[in-house]
Amino acid sequence: MNEHYYNSKDLAKFGNVADYQKEMGEKFFAYYGEVFKDSELSAREKSLIALAVAHAVQCPYCIDAYSSDAFEKGWSESQMMEAVHVACAIRGGASLVHGVQMMNKVKEIAM
Amino acid sequence: MKSLKAQHSILADANEQIEIIEHGETGDFALIPFQQKLEQSNLYPLKPAFVEILQVNVGKMCNQTCRHCHVDAGPDRKEIMTRETMQQCIDVLRVNEQLKTVDLTGGAPELNPNFQWFVEEISKLNRHIIVRCNLTIILANKKYHDLPQFYKKHNLEVVSSLPFYSQDRTDKQRGNGVFQDSIKALQMLNEVGYGAEETGLALNLVYNPAGAFLPPSQQSLEQEYKQALKQKFGIEFNNLYVITNLPISRYLDYLLTSGNYERYMEKLVNAYNPVAAANVMCRNTVSVGWDGYLYDCDFNQMLELKVNSNSKHLSDFNINVLSKRDIIIGQHCYGCTAGSGSSCGGAVA
Repeated sequence: MNEHYYNSKDLAKFGNVADYQKEMGEKFFAYYGEVFKDSELSAREKSLIALAVAHAVQCPYCIDAYSSDAFEKGWSESQMMEAVHVACAIRGGASLVHGVQMMNKVKEIAM
Repeated sequence: MKSLKAQHSILADANEQIEIIEHGETGDFALIPFQQKLEQSNLYPLKPAFVEILQVNVGKMCNQTCRHCHVDAGPDRKEIMTRETMQQCIDVLRVNEQLKTVDLTGGAPELNPNFQWFVEEISKLNRHIIVRCNLTIILANKKYHDLPQFYKKHNLEVVSSLPFYSQDRTDKQRGNGVFQDSIKALQMLNEVGYGAEETGLALNLVYNPAGAFLPPSQQSLEQEYKQALKQKFGIEFNNLYVITNLPISRYLDYLLTSGNYERYMEKLVNAYNPVAAANVMCRNTVSVGWDGYLYDCDFNQMLELKVNSNSKHLSDFNINVLSKRDIIIGQHCYGCTAGSGSSCGGAVA
């Protein structure tokens, strides 16, 4: 099968989304650029956060972009993998913490 | 690891390299010609601005065999500048006062048996001298342990590669044990006063990416380096220069064998910056090969592209003629114009 929903070359076309809604698109990219600047957090720190979030939202474009960006900004392979584990722990924890709801419900109805 | 030349690699042939750089490995890879970009920036033909740096490659011999080396330097390289050729450099400097800076490179320049004599002679002419020291040479043999004192005596600016402030990335690029030896050498340089603002003894480090990507911002990376090296090893230095790897020799070999060549070239082209193009180092530098031939830069030297001028060798060095030459360009030049630009002194834009 040659057709895929995801194509790595589409990442470079991200900016084209403004073609269909210029004002919102431009505002988004201006905001995006502002978010990733050095500020209270450094651009380097933000890159690692973005990498973890990319894995949490499982966006292949973001994983592609921020794996490169984080490595280029000097994060090591093990640091990057730890960031992915943080995403994993939060995602896993988010499921597991609902186990408390399950327990509450079961306790409510069980003899 | 052997040099490409010792391995009889096709990339040891400059013409083969140029063919790949211009047209890709299969001959059908076409990107926007660098000349076209310069034309759009009103910079073609590229001309010298004011020639003030004589960069002298005193030989290809090196105690290291770094994976990204554009010189293909290593212990098996025997090309070395003779004392006679060095004397020709001295003669050129004596009559060309506008050449204020002499930038000594290699290989490991210190491996040239006449290195110290050469520095002493240049010193007498009162020029600013830069030595591109790979650090580990200081520890390579007892006879080199006093290099920091020697550099200090002649007030040399020391510029040294340290691809990262962690062992892993440094050793992957420069060889096992290089990081540890580099740290020891930096501490030795600090001990004699290098890197401290008040001494005026300049110690500048060079970052270059350990992979197929462009360097990050020079300013923020310098802060990180300073913090990390001070905190972990008590090391101080003056400036960090970030340098982009050019697709030449061993770095070209890495790009091709890792399947990164086309993507990397596209990255360089997409990051073309006209401001960086206006400030490329070939506009203020003449590069001298180990055999005395003249080039626009160390990269053109490794591609054996001699200057486009009647003054092609130290023996017929004419700064007025050289100042009017057209600088030879190629697709590899995108490496010096990407992003914030790249030169032997780091970013240029």
